[in-house]
Formats: sequence, structure tokens, C-alpha cells
Amino acid sequence: MRQQHDVAQLGMWVFLATEVLFFGGLILSYCVYRSAYPAAFAEAARHTKIIIGAANTAVLLTSSFLVAWAVAIVKLRQSRFAAVLLWGAGVLGVIFLVLKGIEYGMEYDEHLLPGLDFFYPGEQARAVGLFFSFYIVATGLHAIHVAVGIVVLGVIGARARQRAYSDAYHSPVTVAGLYWHFVDMVWIFLFALIYLPGRSG
Amino acid sequence: MTRDRYPPRAIVVSWAALMALLTLTVLGAYLPLGAGNTVLAMIIAAIKAALVAAIFMELRERNPLTLAFACAGFFWLGIMLWLAFSDYATRPNFPPAMHWGQ
Repeated sequence: MRQQHDVAQLGMWVFLATEVLFFGGLILSYCVYRSAYPAAFAEAARHTKIIIGAANTAVLLTSSFLVAWAVAIVKLRQSRFAAVLLWGAGVLGVIFLVLKGIEYGMEYDEHLLPGLDFFYPGEQARAVGLFFSFYIVATGLHAIHVAVGIVVLGVIGARARQRAYSDAYHSPVTVAGLYWHFVDMVWIFLFALIYLPGRSG
Repeated sequence: MTRDRYPPRAIVVSWAALMALLTLTVLGAYLPLGAGNTVLAMIIAAIKAALVAAIFMELRERNPLTLAFACAGFFWLGIMLWLAFSDYATRPNFPPAMHWGQ
């Protein structure tokens, strides 16, 4: 069982390595365009909603905390309380998506979403469009990962409620946890790249 | 609530540290540091990611093989960023005909 658990962990890390390069490619394109148009990217980033972004970061970090707690509990014994923690983490994931949706709505109203309705006055329009193209693709793909994670947490939570996991068998919880923490980690970097530039100008 | 339901100390401390770092990075973004703002934001993001990886993802308890797999993705990402930037950063040294975007 010990070996099975290690292999499950290893497999998830292999998948996460592909995810690192998937989001890494996006971030590379961001870095290239930001170094080409630093002023426009700072100006564009000032239009993002930093309060919603920061609140969402706190929501995801707390959600990750609940999952880490659930993992710690199922490793000790069978517990239905782990289900409460996993579902709690899922609910925080839903809150994240709702806030993100509100944010998209505000940006749509401000004509900041390329492909839907983009209009930006001034000579920086094209580079600002590049920033918001990255913004919508990166946060959109991240939101899909969050949505998948919510479903996974729901299912794993239901199984935990049936006392399916114990000190001897808990790989699904730890592997789902790895995925959820990774989604959190991607957001940590997206937050720093999207919301923070240009604030001190 | 029985006693073994309490979260382990390490993850509580990590969560508190992550929240503190989030506050710090938001406040830091408003300080007039010039290019230092980006450096500060990326250093704090890296510390947050390291905390999540080491404590929440339990990498500090894993065997060397798992650690190697966990680092592999970031290693290749580093190579991708390095090669891409050695390209874009050196383009101004070449004749305009070779410039990007023309």
C-alpha cells in the first residue's frame, strides 16, 4: 500500500509537470509582450479589479488550507469530518468563480474583453488589448481548472462521508489535494502578474 | 469537536503566513519602487508557491524521487524562459531586417 500511495503521488506530479509547462507557455508570452510594452502593460493592469483579485487569492489560499487539513485527518483515521472540510473547500471554489464572473461582467461593461467587446481609447490600445487577451485566456483556463477541481472535491468529499478513506487508504484525497493546491499555486502567479503591476505610478 | 480534528500546527502557520504575504504583496505594489515592484511581487509569489508546495503539498515529507518529479516541470520551464529570453533580449543586436514584428 505504501508503494501504491507513492506511485499515485508520482503520477500526479508528472501530470502537474505538464501543467507547469502549459501555464508556463502562457506566462512566457506575457513576459515577452510585457518587456516589449512595459508602460502599456502597467496602464492596462491598473484597470484590473485588485480588490476582487486579492479577495479571490485569500479565498483560494483558505480553500487549500481546508484541503490540507482534510488530508491530515484522513491519514489518521476514518472520518466524516473530512467530508465537511473537502466540501467547504469546494464551496470556496464556487465563491471564487462567482467573484471571477462578477469581475468579467465589470470588465465587459468597461469594454476591456478582447474578442467580446474591446474598445480602448488612446495610442496604447493595441498593447492594452494584448494584456487583456492574456488576462482572459489565462484566467479563463484557470477557471476551468477550478471548475474541474470543484467537481473532484465534491466526489472525494462524498466518498469521505461514506468513510471510504482511512490511514491505510487515502491516495484519492492526497492526489486530489495536489491538484487543488497546484491550481492555487497558478493563481498566486497570475495574481502577481495581472493585478499588481502599475499600481505605484 | 474531538481533539484529533484540530488542524496540524504546520498548516495553520502556513495559512497565516500566506495571508500575511498576500497583504504584504498588495501593499508593496503601491510603494514607489520602480522596477523593484515587479521583483518584490515575484519574490513574494515564489515564497507563497514554495510554502504551498512544501507544506500543503507535503513535499518536505516526500522521497527524493517524488521531489525530482516535482522539480522537473519547473526545471524545463526555466529552460524555456531562459532560451526564449536570450532570443528576445539579443534581437536589438542584430540588423533591423531580423527584428521581431517587422
